[in-house]
Formats: sequence, structure tokens, C-alpha cells
Amino acid sequence: MKKENAIYVENLTKMFGDFTAVNNISFEVGKGEVFGFLGANGAGKTTAMKMLIGILKPTSGHAQVASFDVASQADEVKKSIGYMSQRFSLYNDLTIKENITFFGGIYGLKKSVIKEKTQELIDELGLKDEANKLVKSLPLGWKQKVAFSVSLLHNPRIIFLDEPTGGVDPITRRQFWEMIYREAHKGKTIFVTTHYMDEAEYCDRVSIMVEGKIEALDTPKNLKTQYKVDSMNQVFLKLARNIE
Amino acid sequence: MNIIRYIIQKEFRQIFRNKAMLPIIFVMPLIQLIILSNAATFEVKNIKFGYIDNDKTSFSRELIEKFNASTYFNVLTDYPTAKMASSAMLNGNVDVVLEIPPYFERNLLKDKKTDLSLTINAIDGAAAGVENVYASQIVQQFNKKAQIDFRLQGVAIDQQQLIETIPLFWYNETLNYKTFMVPGILVLLVTMITLFLSGMNVVREKEIGTLEQINVTPIKKYHFIIGKLFPFLVLGLVLLTVGLIIAKLLFNIPIIGSITLMYGYTIIYILVILGIGLFISNYTETQQQAMFIAWFFMVIFILMSGLFTPIESMPKWAQILTEFNPIKYFVQVMRMVMLKGAGFTDIIPQLLKTLLYAIVMNGLAVWSYKKVS
Repeated sequence: MKKENAIYVENLTKMFGDFTAVNNISFEVGKGEVFGFLGANGAGKTTAMKMLIGILKPTSGHAQVASFDVASQADEVKKSIGYMSQRFSLYNDLTIKENITFFGGIYGLKKSVIKEKTQELIDELGLKDEANKLVKSLPLGWKQKVAFSVSLLHNPRIIFLDEPTGGVDPITRRQFWEMIYREAHKGKTIFVTTHYMDEAEYCDRVSIMVEGKIEALDTPKNLKTQYKVDSMNQVFLKLARNIE
Repeated sequence: MNIIRYIIQKEFRQIFRNKAMLPIIFVMPLIQLIILSNAATFEVKNIKFGYIDNDKTSFSRELIEKFNASTYFNVLTDYPTAKMASSAMLNGNVDVVLEIPPYFERNLLKDKKTDLSLTINAIDGAAAGVENVYASQIVQQFNKKAQIDFRLQGVAIDQQQLIETIPLFWYNETLNYKTFMVPGILVLLVTMITLFLSGMNVVREKEIGTLEQINVTPIKKYHFIIGKLFPFLVLGLVLLTVGLIIAKLLFNIPIIGSITLMYGYTIIYILVILGIGLFISNYTETQQQAMFIAWFFMVIFILMSGLFTPIESMPKWAQILTEFNPIKYFVQVMRMVMLKGAGFTDIIPQLLKTLLYAIVMNGLAVWSYKKVS
């Protein structure tokens, strides 16, 4: 094993028939890091992430998440990670409280812990009046915040966020990133995909994926220097254009 | 164990929260039970009867009067010619046409024998057979009466030895069709609701995206499947209970056998159906696909269950296929226990086959549910 890494990926490849969705990628994410995983639509981000969270089998190569192998120790990986997908992942026909109870329950939390966490979460998000409302009645931004909090219920060491702020207004996005930072300060590792380049600036390090390969990986500052531009947006456009 | 409890709790919450589904689950099947049990009958009644009387004598009128008196025949028309009768049959206005030949009475008195022609619309072969029997019975009665008349008039005729059969109808003495149909229809309703609900359940979570969230948790596959099965098992049993109450109160169907045995068997049976449903759910991507596949099996299961047509009269290959039809066993068991009062030892063959089926289908359901794709 390499030094204390939260995520360690080596030559990871995923093929669907003849199509190579993820082409031989390797990278590491350190503990407590906020790691931005960027790329255009169809670049292979979601596929790569699905392999890391243990719901998609790699074609070749291997990956370790929280020191567990994603292919052979998927259940151990799943205990150590939280995941929030771009598709809204709470039950719309349950209330906020019921969603928390359910997800807490299937992670095996004790009843008393669930109760405590529920109270904590509702206070933190200021959702006291909404706690017994159906999730479908909430605005999208709130739903995403609740979903993020639910993914933290079992106190995971690493959190995977797949386009968590898609379709959310700028104020909520800002609040969302404040939540992400709070978790990072607690020592949690954040692995996040996004299409918003301003969000990329918030990350400690970012990788940019183009057509299944990681074309660039560094801190936002270094990337900007390297490509002689002054925003991540331009870095992204340059990389994507070069490939075309 | 606790994890399963949380899944069950969540499923029940979702079922009872769905204001559109709840009536469909409970009210619709009961309406179907009431309507179908009254309507789905194979009794041949109200046969449209027409005749051509080429004789027009007291004898021929007496014969027609006998048909008129029968509860099975509705005497409709007196057709002047055979041609008109056949065109009426072509139009579907008449099912059975009796043609009385000219000199019917004279020949009968003179030669002691004559012919009658009976034409039956046999598109529905089974009904035509029954109509033939009814008509023959009436002609037979007429025959007997004629013999007596002749004897009274001192005419010598060959004494025909008559053997009469007096049937004894067991288990359903009054030959009430509902007694036969209600247990079967009840089986169908329990099966339909549990199959469709379980078939659409997992695939629905796939569509919404919540299944992915579940797959990212360390939950065990069997936890998930058991948690999903249990609520529908309960629903199926509730449905059976309400159905049985209706059968007893509304249709006065005898429930002779052990209720415990009936429920015990039903639990195993519902597990088979739920296993099939979850298996379908695992292999489909949308609720629409799941629905079509569930219907495909449902139609085959129903039509080959022995509910509407006897399995004994199916071709050999079809009879072998029915061995894989869970509805067949449930229909048999329900009729046996409810109507005949069959005990545990009587239903052991069905019980064992259903149990084996349940193990196989639920094994497949757990196996085919892939947390990792």
C-alpha cells in the first residue's frame, strides 16, 4: 500500500463493448482533500465514479477507496463512503424525517443514534417546519442539501458527490459549498464532479477528463499558470478544444 | 434483522401514501370478484331456438311446446322455409333450428318412427354439445310420452328397455356455478395484484434513481429482497381475507376445510409469485417493460390453470407445461380445501411443488439482483 491515501487509482479502465468509457486512468486523492473531478458530458466521469463507489465492475486496473479494493471489498468500501448522485436520490413520497430514518436504518445505525442525528440535521439545515413534509414539496436546492446531509449520516470518511449543484441557484450553491468545506475541515475527503468552473476554483486539486482520459491534474493555480490563462474556465476550454 | 425492518417500514409508508394505488390494490379486485363471479359462467342458458314446422299437426305442436316449456330454450321464431332459418343462423339470430318433416304425425302413427332434423350453431363447440344434449332430452321425453299414448291406444310397439341414470353431485350439490368459480377468481386476484406490484416495485426505484442510492449502501442482497417481499405478502393475505369474507357472505360459498391450511399454503404461493415479480423487476429497465412481461406470464398462467378449461382435456405437451404453472396448484388447493374439506395430507403434492417453486424463484430473485453491474 502507498502512503495514507483516501483514494488510490491505478490504470483503471472500463469498456462497454468496443467503447472505452474510462481509459487507463491513474490518480491519488489525499485524506481531507477536496478533489474536483471535471470533464465534459460523456467524458467518463460518472463511469469512473461508479467504479470507485463499487456499483460498476472495472474492466481492468484497480482502485482502492479507504484502503479497500473496490472490486473485491465493495461492501467495506460502501461502509466507508457517502454518495450523492446527480439524480435526486431521496424518496419523494417520504418526509424528510422518514428519509433520514430509512437511510440511517439501512446503514445499520441504532434507533437512538438515528433520532439524535435527525434532530441534529434538522436543526443544522433549519428545516424544523419542513421536517414532516414530503420531500417532493421542497425546492430543489433544499432537497440537495438534505440529500447531502443524509449521505453523511453514517459518518463516512470519503464523500462522493456527482454534480451535486446541478440546476441549483447561485446562493444555494454557495451554501452547499460551505457545507462541503465544513466536512472537509472535519477531515473528510471530498470527491466531487461538477460542470461549474467557479466551483472548480474552490477545490484543492482538480483533474480534467477528456474522452476517457485524465488530461490534466493539479491545483487550480498551477493549471492556470501551466496553460497561461487566468480562469479554470479557460483551462477547460483549452483542453477540450485541443482534443478536437 | 433491523435493516429489514426499516425497509419494510419504508415500503408500507410508500404503499399507504399512494392515494392512487390504494384503491386499485383493494377496491378493484373486490369489484372484479363480485362482477366476474356472477358473469363468468359456462352454463348454457337462453338458447335461441327456432323451428320449421312442415307438418303443422297436434303432434308437431306438442313437440314445439315441450321446447317452449324448457328453461334452457327461448323459442323465438317459426321459420316458413329452411332457407330463411339458415340465413337467420348466419346472422346469429338463432342458435338451434329444429326442422319437423312433412307427415311427421302420420309417419309416427303409421311406421312408429320418423326423423327430425336439428341444426346447431357449433362455433362454440362446447356450447353446441350441451345444446344437443338438452334438445335430445326433450325429444326423448316426447318419445316416451308418445309411446305411452300409443300403448293406451292399444298400438303394439317394441318395448324399449330403458336404463335411467340418477346422478349424485358431490361437493357442489346444487351445481352452483359460483361455488366452482369464486375460489378460482379469488386466486386470480391475489395473484394479479401481488405479481404486478412486486414486478413494478424494484424497477420503479431503478427509474427514479433511488436504487442506485441503495446499491451504494452496504446492505445485503437478501435483506433488500426480504424487505421488499414482506409488505406484498401481507397485502396478498389481506386481499385473500377480504375475498373469503365476500365469498362467504355474498356468494355463500362453503368453506369446509381448514382456514389455517389455506393461509399456510397461500403464504408459500404468494412467495412464488413475488419471486417471479422481483425476478422480472430485476431484468427490466422500465415499469412498462415489467408490466408487459408480467402480463405475458399472467395470461398464460390464467388460461392454462384449469380455472376456465379443464387441464385433462389439454394436449399432452400443454399438460406438461401446466406443471410449471403456480396458479394451477393454487386453484386446485383452494377448490380442494374450500369445497371438499381436504386436509394437509391431501394437498402434500401441490404443497411440495409450490414450496420448491418458491425456493427456486426467490433464489433467482436474490441472484439476479445485482448491486454491481
